[in-house]
Amino acid sequence: MANLDDLYREIILDHYRTPRNRGELPTPPARRVEGFNPLCGDEITLYLELADGRLADIKMTGRGCSISQASASLMGAAVKGKTLVEVRAAIERFRQLMTVTETRLDEGAEPALPDVRSLGELAALAGVVKFPVRIKCAMLAWATLAQGLDEASAD
Amino acid sequence: MTSYSPSRVRADVPQFHREVRGRPLAYLDSASSTLPPRAVIEAMDRYYERHHANVHRGVYLTAEEATADYEGARAAVARFINAPGGAGEVVFTKNTTESFNLLARSWGASQLEPGDVVVVTEMEHHANVVPWFQLRESRGIEVRFIPVGDDYRLDLSHVDQLLEGARLLSVTGMSNVLGTRNDLAALARLAHDHGALIAVDGAQSVAHGSSDVARDGIDFLAFSGHKMLGPTGIGVFWTRRSLLDAMPPFLGGGGMIADVRTDGFTPADGVARFEAGTPPIAEAVGLHAAIRYLEGLGPDAVEAHERELTRDALERLEGAFAGRVRVIGPGDVTDRGGVLSLDVEGVHPHDVAQVLDQHGVCVRPGHHCAKPLMHRFGLAATARASFGPYSLARDTDALIEGLAHALDLFA
Ligand SMILES: Cc1ncc(COP(=O)(O)O)c(C=O)c1O
Repeated sequence: MANLDDLYREIILDHYRTPRNRGELPTPPARRVEGFNPLCGDEITLYLELADGRLADIKMTGRGCSISQASASLMGAAVKGKTLVEVRAAIERFRQLMTVTETRLDEGAEPALPDVRSLGELAALAGVVKFPVRIKCAMLAWATLAQGLDEASAD
Repeated sequence: MTSYSPSRVRADVPQFHREVRGRPLAYLDSASSTLPPRAVIEAMDRYYERHHANVHRGVYLTAEEATADYEGARAAVARFINAPGGAGEVVFTKNTTESFNLLARSWGASQLEPGDVVVVTEMEHHANVVPWFQLRESRGIEVRFIPVGDDYRLDLSHVDQLLEGARLLSVTGMSNVLGTRNDLAALARLAHDHGALIAVDGAQSVAHGSSDVARDGIDFLAFSGHKMLGPTGIGVFWTRRSLLDAMPPFLGGGGMIADVRTDGFTPADGVARFEAGTPPIAEAVGLHAAIRYLEGLGPDAVEAHERELTRDALERLEGAFAGRVRVIGPGDVTDRGGVLSLDVEGVHPHDVAQVLDQHGVCVRPGHHCAKPLMHRFGLAATARASFGPYSLARDTDALIEGLAHALDLFA
């Protein structure tokens, strides 16, 4: 059964208490993108500096629960300095990690956890999928990042 | 005298017979939805097993039975809220939200002119805010808000100004965030003195004490079955027959017409005009059983029990956490129901609720569909614990144990 320890891994609590990449970047050159989770009032603002096909720098502000804030912090660490292709791939991998499979109708079935070896520290968030209501929290920063990249490529 | 016993109610509710995460269920989310007793579930099962047929159509035996069941539920609702005009004033809807949409789109859109004023309050659920904003967009009405004071109660100091020229005062019987109960009879007098009608959101108040539209002088009432031990999928819209008769249909289709021709239609008379399509029949049967069950407990006895639980919880939360857990709502229990919105120092409500879940405690984190109110108090969310007729002091024990854990984990 899903256990609290699956959710509040030490890495998550650490990133919640000491979030990385907090702050703002001057806009422009950076672009600013906001995300909200209307369900619980979580909010995040990302500052993305794109240069030479890379996410050269990322900073963030916002408030929310430990999962949304830790996920944002872990995301920043995972994507900073990466090429946009790599960032898109990371977003897609994370989306898959947060996808609920159709097991609920089978009483007692547990969602199968994906292979997380390639995910590094982000694997700490894999347990979130066992708490489907919290998926939105974990996805907030990632969905906001995707939106920022979409807006950038539309310009 | 009733023989109300909260632990007997608990025994009657099947869900309390399961465990969650190896612990007894401490269900403290009755403001979201209540847990139905076996009597409600069995009434619905019996209906589907023996009587189900469409209503108001067939003339065979089960169709007659189903129609009698459905109309019987309407009569029970009328008695439960003391509707002066009886069952002919009770419209079944899907929930409180739909009832408010019916009010705004039928009464509001037909009776209100551009510039007309509808007054709501800062403690309203979105169900009693958004339909009025929609009407503002489509009809150009004005929406005013009665503020909430620092004591978590309606601030009526400028109410005469706010009600000046108003056509409707639409107010909740009890806040689903603060627990504050409003004095409906006094508000009804205020509204009427200003020539306005009064609509009441009974979603919270109807389940936790007696409701009497005639005594309080109410003009419109909306509530949901699932917050009063009944099933989801059914709600009630009540208004006096004279007002109802002037209201045009809201949804169109089968069941709501007197005649349809190739050049138009004539709506049915009475409540049928507002019940387009096959209604929630089994749900009406379940609601009827819930009303019977609640009446058996005695609404006043339930209210007194929940008040005592609230008093005890307020005192113990203060004793255990001395200010680290703040209750967003009145600190005394006069005119207050069993809703405790908690702001836990340094822990986001979502995390509070998650840790509580591990203790078998069900609370609701979030803005509780009352964003104007949350904004008023500078909060994005709270973790809300709320009592029902089956709640016991040991649920508060589990709550306090879980809160201590949450404070510890995120310290
Ligand atoms: C005061 C109040 N009004 C309206 C509603 C909406 O009820 P429903 O979701 O059943 O339409 C609720 C339920 O959350 C409520 O507490």
